[in-house]
Amino acid sequence: MDISTKYLGFDLESPIIPGASPLTADMDSVRQLEDAGAPMIIMHSIFQEQLEHEEVALNYGLEQGEQSFAEALSYLPLPDQFRLGPDEYLEHVAKIKAAVKVPVVASLNGRTLGGWTEYAKKIEQAGADALELNIYDPVLAAAPDSTSVELATVEVIRAVREAVKLPLAVKLSPFYTSLVHFAHRVDATGVRGLVLFNRFYQPDIDLETLELHRTLKLSTSEELLPRLRWTAALFNHVGADLCITGGVHSVYDVCKSVMVGASAVQVASALLVHGPEHLGVLRKQLYRWLETHEYESLQQMRGSMSLIRTPNPSAFERGNYMKILQTWAPA
Amino acid sequence: MAEKQVVTIDGNEAAASVAHRLSEVAVIYPITPSSNMGELADEWSSHKKTNIWGGVPKIVEMQSEAGAIGSVHGALQAGSLCTTFTASQGLLLMIPNMFKIAGELTSFVMHVAARCVATHALSIFGDHSDIMACRQTGFAMLGSINVQEAHDQAAIAMAISLRSRIPFLHFFDGFRTSHELNRAVLLSDDELRAIVKQEWVDAHRARALTPDRPLLRGTAQNPDTFFQAREACNSYYDRVPQIVKEEMERFAALTGRKYVPYEYQGHPNADRVVIVMGSGAETVSETVKYLTGRGEKVGVIIIRLYRPFAIDMFISALPGSTKRIAVLDRTKEPGAGGEPLYQDVLTALYQAQQAGVLPTGEIPAIIGGRYGLSSKEFTPAMVKAVYDELAKPTPKTRFTVGIVDDVTHLSLAVDESFDIETDDTVRALFFGLGADGTVGANKNSIKIIGDETDLHAQGYFVYDSKKSGAMTTSHLRFGKEPIRAPYLIRKASFIACHQFQFLEKTDIVESASDGAVFLLNSPYAKEEVWNHIPREIQQTIITKKLKFYAIDANAVAKKTGMGTRINTIMQTCFFAISGVLPRDEAIAAIKKAIKKTYGKRGEEVVRRNFEAVDQTLAHLAEIAMTPAPTSTIRLGTFEQPAMPDFVKRVSAVMMAGKGDNLPVSAFPVDGTWPTGTTKYEKRNIAIDIPQWEPGICIQCNKCAFVCPHAAIRPKVYEAAQLEGSPAGFKSVPYKAPDFKGLTYTLQVAPEDCTGCNLCVVVCPAKDKSDAKRKAINMTPRMDIRDRERDNYEFFLNIPELDRARLTRIDAKATQLLLPLFEYSGACGGCGETPYVKLLTQLFGDRLVVANATGCSSIYSGNLPTTPYTTDRNGRGPAWCNSLFEDNAEFGLGILLGLTEHRNHAERLLKQFSGQIGDTLLTGLVTSTQQGEAAVAEQRARVVELRKLIAPITDPKARLLESLADYLVRKSVWLLGGDGWAYDIGYGGLDHVMSLPYDVNVLVMDTEVYSNTGGQASKSTPIGASAKFAANGKGTQKKDLGLIAMSYRNAYVASVAFGANDNHTVKAFLEAEAYRGPSLIIAYSHCIAHGYDLKIGTDQQKLAVDSGVWPLYRYDPRLVNTGKPPLQVDSPMTPKAAVRDYLRNETRFAMVEKIDPVRFKELSEASVRNTAQRLSLYKELANIAYPTTTGESPAAPANGAAQPKEGA
Repeated sequence: MDISTKYLGFDLESPIIPGASPLTADMDSVRQLEDAGAPMIIMHSIFQEQLEHEEVALNYGLEQGEQSFAEALSYLPLPDQFRLGPDEYLEHVAKIKAAVKVPVVASLNGRTLGGWTEYAKKIEQAGADALELNIYDPVLAAAPDSTSVELATVEVIRAVREAVKLPLAVKLSPFYTSLVHFAHRVDATGVRGLVLFNRFYQPDIDLETLELHRTLKLSTSEELLPRLRWTAALFNHVGADLCITGGVHSVYDVCKSVMVGASAVQVASALLVHGPEHLGVLRKQLYRWLETHEYESLQQMRGSMSLIRTPNPSAFERGNYMKILQTWAPA
Repeated sequence: MAEKQVVTIDGNEAAASVAHRLSEVAVIYPITPSSNMGELADEWSSHKKTNIWGGVPKIVEMQSEAGAIGSVHGALQAGSLCTTFTASQGLLLMIPNMFKIAGELTSFVMHVAARCVATHALSIFGDHSDIMACRQTGFAMLGSINVQEAHDQAAIAMAISLRSRIPFLHFFDGFRTSHELNRAVLLSDDELRAIVKQEWVDAHRARALTPDRPLLRGTAQNPDTFFQAREACNSYYDRVPQIVKEEMERFAALTGRKYVPYEYQGHPNADRVVIVMGSGAETVSETVKYLTGRGEKVGVIIIRLYRPFAIDMFISALPGSTKRIAVLDRTKEPGAGGEPLYQDVLTALYQAQQAGVLPTGEIPAIIGGRYGLSSKEFTPAMVKAVYDELAKPTPKTRFTVGIVDDVTHLSLAVDESFDIETDDTVRALFFGLGADGTVGANKNSIKIIGDETDLHAQGYFVYDSKKSGAMTTSHLRFGKEPIRAPYLIRKASFIACHQFQFLEKTDIVESASDGAVFLLNSPYAKEEVWNHIPREIQQTIITKKLKFYAIDANAVAKKTGMGTRINTIMQTCFFAISGVLPRDEAIAAIKKAIKKTYGKRGEEVVRRNFEAVDQTLAHLAEIAMTPAPTSTIRLGTFEQPAMPDFVKRVSAVMMAGKGDNLPVSAFPVDGTWPTGTTKYEKRNIAIDIPQWEPGICIQCNKCAFVCPHAAIRPKVYEAAQLEGSPAGFKSVPYKAPDFKGLTYTLQVAPEDCTGCNLCVVVCPAKDKSDAKRKAINMTPRMDIRDRERDNYEFFLNIPELDRARLTRIDAKATQLLLPLFEYSGACGGCGETPYVKLLTQLFGDRLVVANATGCSSIYSGNLPTTPYTTDRNGRGPAWCNSLFEDNAEFGLGILLGLTEHRNHAERLLKQFSGQIGDTLLTGLVTSTQQGEAAVAEQRARVVELRKLIAPITDPKARLLESLADYLVRKSVWLLGGDGWAYDIGYGGLDHVMSLPYDVNVLVMDTEVYSNTGGQASKSTPIGASAKFAANGKGTQKKDLGLIAMSYRNAYVASVAFGANDNHTVKAFLEAEAYRGPSLIIAYSHCIAHGYDLKIGTDQQKLAVDSGVWPLYRYDPRLVNTGKPPLQVDSPMTPKAAVRDYLRNETRFAMVEKIDPVRFKELSEASVRNTAQRLSLYKELANIAYPTTTGESPAAPANGAAQPKEGA
């Protein structure tokens, strides 16, 4: 059974890619992932804002109280050189690249246009095979308007596209007014992949202390559904490869994703729960499922349930929503 | 020959640069002002910088100077080239080993930044009292007078020591030279290799102790031989002066820089000659040049080789024309016939005369004077005064200069207008705050100018005595000629005031010369600045025709992401308007320097600084002035009507920075000072202060508990007390049932708050409609200062709650007790002072504190004002600092003394039992005095006793009266940091914990030497970066509590108020109640941990929740009850991750940035060790000791006995 696929221009033996997670931050688990059949390694994101914050915080920590008191002109030693965020990340890219045979995709979240292109270039120099742009910018203010936000994002993507030769993937947010239209605009910049969707940290409220708490919950298969819908809508409408991330836990999730048109899926939460070896399990299950259901290849299945090919496209549309409500009756 | 490397460095770096390259081993211990030498050596070694033989010197920090010199001695015996750096008390701790090292004729050079030895007071500043204490050790002494010499003579000393076998003490003046930035030519490694001949090194190594050529040193000798053997070394000392001379000549041939052991400068036929050593020699030398240029026949002999004192060389330096000599000593030897150098000169002249070689024939008239103690200014005007004195018909035989002695009238009158500085030097004065980065920026400017231009540059920095909101004054000189002016600037051509609030009380432009440039950081628009400065300052600006520029640096800093750091902005202004360098060239140089300084800390930091430079130029403006003053604001004073006379006459003058003007008669003769003076200082350093919202407040008092400065206080009182309250005074009904019906107020001291934010962060009460609003919120100080000042004054006058009414003392209740420790100069957000404050709230009116040297002794005892204060009865903590190393012993001694007073009183009571009566006598003798009510009852008994014995005429009744107050139990506490308790004072502490006496020890554990700038101690945890452990300490923190528990006689507690304030209070109460030794180890967050201290309590909580800092109490009294004496009061199963705790603090986090692999190893070790420690405590907490031995008759178990040795 041929379960190979093509994603971002790379021939992958399997469509099941380990997504960005703490597993890629540790060399031992990266090796385990490759051993388990990872066809590609997607690294965790480098966040420009966080790096800048770390630099400023480090400087603050070192400078605090300095040159204030005759007996203590400083409080901490000053090493010759600090390995700051980008250096660490770039070294990690190089290490992973040297340790594995499969393509390594770095991931970037910039803050400024200059930051996006600068870090992208550094990642390219560090030896990454591709770059996933992690568009993570929840706009909570009344301004700018949606058009400006989208234009600015496209501008960033275009700038990075021009700055580096690496194949680019763009990880999209589900929150666009007109997602298909926006995806087209992104596609037009020449990116090689669209990744649906980003999962955001969702702050929760502590009712006793009236403080916000950052939460990070692992995904469940439930989250797959909106991704199926929008992938189905985009299939064959954009040139870029489609990749689903978020909610892929079982072989069934993999099959559904490919059926709506995904070239590949990214799995993270399931691997965190079951360990890197789960990747091999999923791969075997996919193989068997396809055999059992007498598919010739993965390619045969890809897009079979996309919006343009599904027997009941309205199910992906509003009509279906209405129908469910109308047919529901109390037991 | 390679091009000379010219750099701008300070004296410490100059000496350390040579010492590091000429050593294989350096063993050190931090002490101001020498610490930087050891730190630099450590830094260089950690960067793999090599010595001239290609090895990286091994740098080891020890537990004390005594330990350091012991290891030095050992390393020398092993034939290595070894050094150390020290000063003051530290040098004195080395003396026993110095005798040994010299007695064994061991080649060795130690570098001393000479510092005052503590007498009536501690002083960190420079004089020669420490080195003079070493005269008898057998060490040769070589003194350097400036930064270049500190570098050169470090090398010369090594050459001489290796060649002569005599160990050398190389010294230069603490702060004045050690911390002065000046240009110096660096010796290359090749030059050093030429200076220190390999054959001498080989000979030194050949003398090593080795089993391959076994020898024995350190014998014990008896009356038959010791004396002769001691004389056997004489010829080695006799040879030293000639060797010094030759090596200095060889040095001159190599480098072109000429030195002689005794250097004469001045008129060839001088009749008046001053003899001096150290940095003062430069001032004398420059003044001599000036005076001889005006025809005066004066000269100076600079002493470089002080020991051995080469009489022949000294005499041959003296002009035959000399009629009168003044010898200047930077030390005081009370009771001596004269100070040491004076006596040496007298001896030399007498011996020369006896030998018939005195060039003057007759011994000239010789007078001796003291100058410059504790870095007291020594100026050309003072030098002139000395020469003038010599010219008088009958000069004072012994004198002082630089002070006004109106008691013994020893001081010389000085003409302050005398000035030798010429106008071709740019003299710039900068007034800044510690936190704003002014000094750092100025050091940067000096390096830019000194290193990148042909100009010579000098920088010296004066800090005030506070750690929070310290005022810094930078004195910078730039000129075409070398700058030899080791004294402060008196007339400045450029003055910058980096903090607008300084103008309120200080005449910042007082030192401006005519036409000088004045730069002001002002929050006002350029059109408004003029009328916001005091009228007196306007007048000076007009009269002196100053060019006046202003910028709102804080606004630019905020806009460019620089926070409160205005350093880059003000530095840019200086270069833009001072004219020292062309503007464009200067800006380019600043940016280059920024890249160099901040590049390693990340591009964002560089980017923000660049942005700040660019924005500065757009915002700097010249201010238009009026022809006459227009301001309605008047310059304030530090004097306040409510001040007691002494405070007004002395402390207020010191607060105003005019302490130099106080005469001898102003001072206590024995170093005894009044307490309770910080309340007069009103420093007004906070930008924002907390404002109370009574409607939101839940009256938990947590804000007051955590306040390091006692600047936010609650009070519970009768509503009737509100009569006459100011209009804005806030109060609400008290909520809890204990004092139902009373009124509650939470009040901020607006002029004493440092704005640290701890209180707001810890406040748990939030507005139900707007969660970001708390019960206290930071508000601009200037918006509410006047109102809150009136409120605070009214608040203070409301009577305190009767202590005896507090039946249950928990954290909340403690804050209703008057703090007797207030407004200290500790860092804003300090993690130590809340403990000290709590101590005074609980036991303040009967508290005696023995305080080890360190942060706590500095914020408690550094003048001009002190924070310990008194209650309405005039009672309060009595406080004393002895030394760093002996605090446990010192505190025990206090306890012993107090106990004997009480015992004596009790004996006398019995003698008057008839008059006193059984009931009172029994009460007085047997009261346990546990709890506030019991103490109050005992005080009442003492009052009654006094009444009863007043009519008795027997003199013993008077004696009993004088001792009666000792019948009220005193609470003796030994305070200090981890440097004291874990390291230098551990031996004494350990001993005291083993004894049965009722002393209480509070270790404020910051896990690092905070006061001297963050050196590692044995308390430093694994994984933390500290000086001497830059890559993260690789070994575990010592478990001091566990060691103390092993005595089973001591009460031991580990507390962290930020994690559990009630637990802290409970431990304090239990420790005090326990009548044996008690030890409380208190987690103290610290500026040296590298994070914003406003979240200090959050970090404490994380430390406890992660298990890194377990809370426990070990109470020996529980043994007899059959319970385990150890109670662990924090979670045995961690509720937080150790790594989360570590990553929040720069001291840990930076290790990850230096070496991620090491960080991983160390943090894993930290996690592992935390688990292991918790597991051990868990086991211990389950052990109930047997209460009988099983033998007959039953004997009390060890630890079960209640010792009764106490005050």
